[in-house]
Amino acid sequence: MRIRMLVAAGLMGISAASFAVANGEWLKKVPQAERKRLNPFAGQPDAVAAGRNLFLANCAQCHGKNAEGKGSRPNLLSERIRGASDGDIAWLLKNGEVFKGMPRWSGLPEEERWQIIAYIRSLNEQKPEGQQ
Amino acid sequence: MSVFGWRGVAGRVAGRAMTLMLFPVGILVLQGVPVQAQQEPPYFVTYSSALEEPGNLEIENQNIAATPKDANGFFASTVEFEYGVTAWWTAEAYLQGQATDHDSTVFTGFRFENRFRPLPREYWINPVLYVEYEDVSAADKSFLEITGHTSITTQQVPNATLRKEVERSIEGKLILSSNAKGWNFSENIIAEKAVDENESWEFGYALAAARPLSTKGGGRRCTLCRQNIDVGAELFGGLGTRYGFGLKQTEQYAGPSVEVNAPNGFTYKFSPELGLNDNSAAVLWRFGVSYEISQIRDWFRRSK
Repeated sequence: MRIRMLVAAGLMGISAASFAVANGEWLKKVPQAERKRLNPFAGQPDAVAAGRNLFLANCAQCHGKNAEGKGSRPNLLSERIRGASDGDIAWLLKNGEVFKGMPRWSGLPEEERWQIIAYIRSLNEQKPEGQQ
Repeated sequence: MSVFGWRGVAGRVAGRAMTLMLFPVGILVLQGVPVQAQQEPPYFVTYSSALEEPGNLEIENQNIAATPKDANGFFASTVEFEYGVTAWWTAEAYLQGQATDHDSTVFTGFRFENRFRPLPREYWINPVLYVEYEDVSAADKSFLEITGHTSITTQQVPNATLRKEVERSIEGKLILSSNAKGWNFSENIIAEKAVDENESWEFGYALAAARPLSTKGGGRRCTLCRQNIDVGAELFGGLGTRYGFGLKQTEQYAGPSVEVNAPNGFTYKFSPELGLNDNSAAVLWRFGVSYEISQIRDWFRRSK
């Protein structure tokens, strides 16, 4: 009985960690050099179009087709994302927050990760100020 | 009767396996289940540090055919269910079978495996720990890994004899993997120990490298665009046992591999693996198809 309770508690803990609402703690972990990195594709319409396809293929399943968030998985049209630098987001895509449910995307080539960032930026630019 | 002509026993089994595999997948596609591109390199034997995304289920049918010298041709099929439990833990189950020309078709066993990423960040080299339990008969011809002292001449023994010898074993792997400039480099060190027999530890290895043809995404959806095609190469084989470590009397293979990630969610892989010594088959022909179902756990949750 005790073993069953321990197993159940362990599974609940893992589940809670997996679905934990991203609280922006990851921003504090980004090294300064990474934070200053610039997106080589910033503002390029071709990169935004490519980033949209990559986003739909890899990110939309958790963050929604329009990046609006799904359940406890965060909305990417937010002040936090608007306030983060391209380098911050690039660091998160490469390293993930694996103990909070966000996988690493280091298996995608770096250029594709920058294209995704260009697309997320374009979505946030379309939203009126203050809208989450 | 030829394995490669898709005639006879092997052809029938291959057709049956593909039908069984593709029927449920076809239903999922028709239902408009969201699909996902994959980060996994085009490897059949080597593991990279890529884990399944949390909540996703990948179903893969991996096939192998060969006509070893002085033995009957065979076709072996493995169905693999891979689930992302968390972002640092992936669990898998395998079901395996094979058909041998002029012999029989047999179910050869099952495997359960878990892969864990112990470190929270991406480094220049990334370790993954792998633990597997397998219950597989000696008739297994899947070549999912090679350990210990083996020889392709074992394939001369009839299935009826081989299937009586069932080995239950625990297998561990240290997976090391690096991603740089679009390339993936992966190295696996394998150790296996039978749990119900007094056999010594057996060892093996696998090395691989791969890269997509293009490291940039494209603005239009297409199947044979360069960014959807990965190419690579694998080298793997046995390293003997604790008491006879080395390459002597082991099977060794190497070959190129190619993978196409179709936008409809299917991934196709192909590799001819060439035997590098007299203990190996001349060529192992491999073909795999997989389909990833995104966020299958949402089906069982109230809040989506």
